[in-house]
Amino acid sequence: MDPVNMKEVQEALDSFKDKEVYLHMETTNGAYASHFNDKFFSAGAYIRNAKLSYERAKITGPGPYRVGLKIPFGWVYAEGITHYEIDSKSRLLLAGHDYDGKLAVALQLSETAFE
Amino acid sequence: MEKEQHVLVVFPHPDDEAFGVSGTIASHINMGTPVTYACLTLGEMGRNMGNPPFATRETLPNIRKHELKEAARVLGITDLRMLGYRDKTVEFEDPDKLIGQITDMIEELNPSLIISFYPGYSVHPDHEATGEAVVAAVAKLPAGQRPKLHLVAFANNTIDELGEADIVHDISAVADQKLAAIKAHQSQTQYMIDAMAEGLKNKDPQVMTRLTFEQFYTYKL
Repeated sequence: MDPVNMKEVQEALDSFKDKEVYLHMETTNGAYASHFNDKFFSAGAYIRNAKLSYERAKITGPGPYRVGLKIPFGWVYAEGITHYEIDSKSRLLLAGHDYDGKLAVALQLSETAFE
Repeated sequence: MEKEQHVLVVFPHPDDEAFGVSGTIASHINMGTPVTYACLTLGEMGRNMGNPPFATRETLPNIRKHELKEAARVLGITDLRMLGYRDKTVEFEDPDKLIGQITDMIEELNPSLIISFYPGYSVHPDHEATGEAVVAAVAKLPAGQRPKLHLVAFANNTIDELGEADIVHDISAVADQKLAAIKAHQSQTQYMIDAMAEGLKNKDPQVMTRLTFEQFYTYKL
């Protein structure tokens, strides 16, 4: 993955517009956060291969970045995005890595289901 | 360490075996005891991607699969089974499915010892679900036919509630193999490996303990 290039990410987001796509999205602080710090409130969310389409998408912010997708009856968004990759299967992988290189958030789009 | 007939190790993530029990596994194998390792997931939800990143959410499973095979190789495990569950979802599956798979392995292999996590004291939801299924599978067997259960517990309340572990293996003779198994899981352990190798050289007490002793609780049914 490379540090976000806004122009390339925006172009990739636009390329999926009005198409049926599969979404992978997650946020995580790791399964051991409360084990190492009992004052830490552990929370996360995960969805894999939700099928949706969107009419508008935007990446914004000074970095780390925010990405929002406007879907027919609502929204999808993620914040904390630092890296991107358009992989060999033409999937758009967006991820936010913390200062230790650990994944904290991911938002990925693909025209075929993720394995 | 007692000589076993067959050892079955059941953990949910590649690298679960490395930290807590790889010295014990290597010791059994060095005694000529066959060891089967059933690993439920490929650790697909691992968070360490590196800085700069060396992996993505989509490439990580394959990287970890190769690391798992390498760890099995350095420990001498020839029967490695990947059960195809997905990281962080084990607790949401039908428990009877996993219990059934473990029951089938027990019937097939007739292990005298099973190593897994201690339910209630193993922190990660996948660890808990795995330990629960192992205990449930063994509990279903007639009392005289149950393999021993040596379980790993490391929750913060372990010592308070379970006391000290009753099984302590000195694995110093295979410390190098243990270090190699930890090292095999490079994507997960690259940060600690250099420190551990250094600690071993300088005889750092914490590192020495980790590479000298492995602890288990005998689970009584």
